[in-house]
Amino acid sequence: MADNVTLTIDGARVTVPKGTLIVDAAKRLGNDIPVFCYHPKLQPVGMCRMCLVEVGRVQRDRASGQVIVDENGQPRVVMAPKLETACTTPVEEGMVVIGASGRVKEARDDILEFLLTSHPLDCPVCDKGGECPLQNLTIAHGPGQSRFIFEEKFRLAKQLPLGELIYLDRERCIQCARCIRFQNDIVDDRVLSFYERGRHLEIITCSEPGFDSKFSGNTTDICPVGALTTTDFRFEARPWEMNMAASICPHCPVGCNLTLNTRREARSGGQMVIKRVMPRQNEQVNEIWVCDKGRFGHHYASSSDRLTRPLVRRDGKLLEAAWEEALELAAGQLKAAGAGLAGLAGGRLSNEDLYNFRQVVTGLGGSAALNTRMGGAEQTQQVGVGLGTNFAEMGPGTAILVVASDLEEEAPIWWLRVKQAAERGATLIVANGRPTKTDRAARYVIRYAYGQEVATVLGMLVTGSSEAAEALARAENSVILFGREGLDFAGSTALAQACANLLIATNHYGRPNNGLVGVWPDANTQGAWDMGLPARGQAVLPVGATASWIVAADPVGDGEISAEALRAAGFVVVQELFLTPTAQAADVVLPAASWVEREGTFTNGERRVQRFYPAITMKGRPDFQIAAEIGARAGLSVSSHAAQIMLAIAENVPAYAGLTYQKLTEVVKQWPEVGGRDLYYGGASYTNRQGLGVQVPSAAERGADITAGKLAAPPPPARNGLTLVPVTVLYDRSTTFVRSQVMHPYVPRPYVELNTADAARLDIQDGDTVTVEAAGVRVTLTARVDGRAPEGVALMPADLGPAVPAVAGPATIQKG
Amino acid sequence: MFVEFVRGLATTFKQIFEEPVTAPYPEVKRPVAARFKGRHELKRYDNGLEKCIGCALCAAACPADAIFVEAAENTDAVRFSPGERYASTYEINMLRCIFCGYCADACPTEAIVLESNYELSFTNRDSSIYTKDMLIVPVLPGGEPTPQKAPPGKFGRAIPDMKDPE
Repeated sequence: MADNVTLTIDGARVTVPKGTLIVDAAKRLGNDIPVFCYHPKLQPVGMCRMCLVEVGRVQRDRASGQVIVDENGQPRVVMAPKLETACTTPVEEGMVVIGASGRVKEARDDILEFLLTSHPLDCPVCDKGGECPLQNLTIAHGPGQSRFIFEEKFRLAKQLPLGELIYLDRERCIQCARCIRFQNDIVDDRVLSFYERGRHLEIITCSEPGFDSKFSGNTTDICPVGALTTTDFRFEARPWEMNMAASICPHCPVGCNLTLNTRREARSGGQMVIKRVMPRQNEQVNEIWVCDKGRFGHHYASSSDRLTRPLVRRDGKLLEAAWEEALELAAGQLKAAGAGLAGLAGGRLSNEDLYNFRQVVTGLGGSAALNTRMGGAEQTQQVGVGLGTNFAEMGPGTAILVVASDLEEEAPIWWLRVKQAAERGATLIVANGRPTKTDRAARYVIRYAYGQEVATVLGMLVTGSSEAAEALARAENSVILFGREGLDFAGSTALAQACANLLIATNHYGRPNNGLVGVWPDANTQGAWDMGLPARGQAVLPVGATASWIVAADPVGDGEISAEALRAAGFVVVQELFLTPTAQAADVVLPAASWVEREGTFTNGERRVQRFYPAITMKGRPDFQIAAEIGARAGLSVSSHAAQIMLAIAENVPAYAGLTYQKLTEVVKQWPEVGGRDLYYGGASYTNRQGLGVQVPSAAERGADITAGKLAAPPPPARNGLTLVPVTVLYDRSTTFVRSQVMHPYVPRPYVELNTADAARLDIQDGDTVTVEAAGVRVTLTARVDGRAPEGVALMPADLGPAVPAVAGPATIQKG
Repeated sequence: MFVEFVRGLATTFKQIFEEPVTAPYPEVKRPVAARFKGRHELKRYDNGLEKCIGCALCAAACPADAIFVEAAENTDAVRFSPGERYASTYEINMLRCIFCGYCADACPTEAIVLESNYELSFTNRDSSIYTKDMLIVPVLPGGEPTPQKAPPGKFGRAIPDMKDPE
């Protein structure tokens, strides 16, 4: 094929696509050319010179361009006079690369000797020690002895905080710029930079607060030395001492693959604890990255205020009780409620939990529902992205529409991948009521007034209505990611339907890289819908409820129902990790196991079912087991084993047909190679040996008849004064995140964001205390006036403490 | 035959007046060889700071997995050892230990040394675990006990300065 090139590397012939770099071609052969600055996910720069090789090229006649052949009829190869960097040189037909010669060895030894002239060699106290590319390459290639004078080594103050999460040790830095290039090229947060020159070169942060990026932890993975380390893992353990457990991030619908490093800890009384969270490679989900919320947001599992024993209300007080007693009481009361039983589950539960919960609740005659403020899963089940969808494959010919979502705050890794797709040539269209970071990469930005989301998308149905609509309709592949910003349940359902109609009208569904993706509020919202849990919309409990069973949801704490109203609706059973306001109102509280203590599966927003494994000692019991035990006491027979429940799911949920735990653990070889022996190549993220997950087919792919839903654009809302819009921020005070102390500096105080003109009109300055009144909510918080809110709109982040209105609506804001 | 009998007894009686080779342990303790490997000690510098920096290389080198180390961070206000890191937990299970001395070989600061104490006996498994308090040597006269309050920047380096080989 003309697009392939065959060359010889150290005597072995390899055929690779044109444009491949020598270092990657060698890697395909299993020939590890040492590198420091090169990273397969970054553009090559050739800064470290470690990858020097001898390169020979086929000689051509200058006049005719014909290959010159020698007396044996073979093309004549001329070796270049100097060594060349394998990481910046693309392969050529007939090229001869020699990496195993004396000249090359001498050059690499010299480079290492130079690198070590300023390196402190404090490997014993370095967190990178044990998984350090510089350590490995020094042993493999180093000269063993330095000719430099030890006293002339660089002496700088040790750890320098770049932000609250990352420490820099300037002595250890070898100036490869992997971190700077990652921040600039991959995540577009230009917060790191070089300062000074030559031997004085050092990394600095140029943002305020320091290292202000949601992806900062990844730089510690790709740092080839111990210059960047995390404050969370500082001196916690040596890499070789820890165990590994595969997991899935529970914080957002992306479903990043994780490896949890665990170890027994003396100060926790010899318990297994999570020492750190590392990304696990899944090129179709998170590649080798993970956001800081996923990396540092695991502390809730080991929080000291976890519930460990069941609580039963006696004389108005919740007192500790035995499991048997609590389960008997709960089962008896829930069974007695019969049709009055109202089940409510949260989207952070696994598929197994949700399936068992629904089986037991409906088996007892009650109704089970999902606690969510976002709808649209029926549409993603119909025309969700096709099997084999991969953002990394999207480029020219693909259109991506992001509507009503601040993707970086809601699903950071999707933001990253959408942005990269746009850089490769995909047409990114962003429709939102305010500017977001996604706009930077967008070709078309559609700005609507809040309340006009559905109308905006329906407007794109009209052929030729706008360039953006035209681009989406004409694109070979189109993906729509819809969120819920400023929308309630009904609004987001309508938006999903509008998006689905748009995809159906332009025939962009049922194929790979085409379809609908919900930017859900929880990790497993999609799975919850798939397990057959409908949402009740705004109501927490149905009319006529006589007992409620609430699992992994906190409607009282979220301000959706008052504790009195909940208690008025009969007996309350709550399954929780913590004594939330809802649990405080319960009659029986059953302590649940957190996701790292048990097995299960999550279905991510792309409808990929992924499996996670137990990592640490269990506290409480898994939710699916509690449901099964309550069911058993009420005379129902449901399995209490995760793998068996998955078999039942496969039998009863059509989209999940044929799924087994074995299938979820299947892996294929992924490119680029990471982890393992060649830490210097791809960084410290883990190789995926525990499963890539399985995407489930949409109804369209299962042959269902897909028709557009009927939908009328709602009338434009009356615009009088300010509109208060609830928005999502990544670092919030939700139950599962607020317990990560390390992230507290990044969790903002409750605030409302105002446009400069509005603020001037209301005589409000940045930092003033203001009172917001909207939809029955009255809160006092800090005002921010920094030009991010459009005129006439006030943005109020949810989950920062004060209750926020469910939907965008009129508000009054006063100073004081 | 009688002659042989007397000659034998003579040897016996001669031995009675010889200095005995045994020692009345525990009243008398004989010195051990210079390279004897007995119970470990965690050493201190003369100023009282602990030599151990909590790097856990001893635990990595240990063929019997007898050592458990956990590290924590030093500050100038609360300083246990030079540099950034010290051992907050240091335990050796003496039932597991085979006294090979690899831990001492691996130690980058010569903090752990197998010394001459061989009097190790336990009545239960728990008491075979020697904690840091039991292993660390007393502060020498003139030194200060840890944690110390150190002048800022004075003990910034964990690893003692190396000299080029002569």
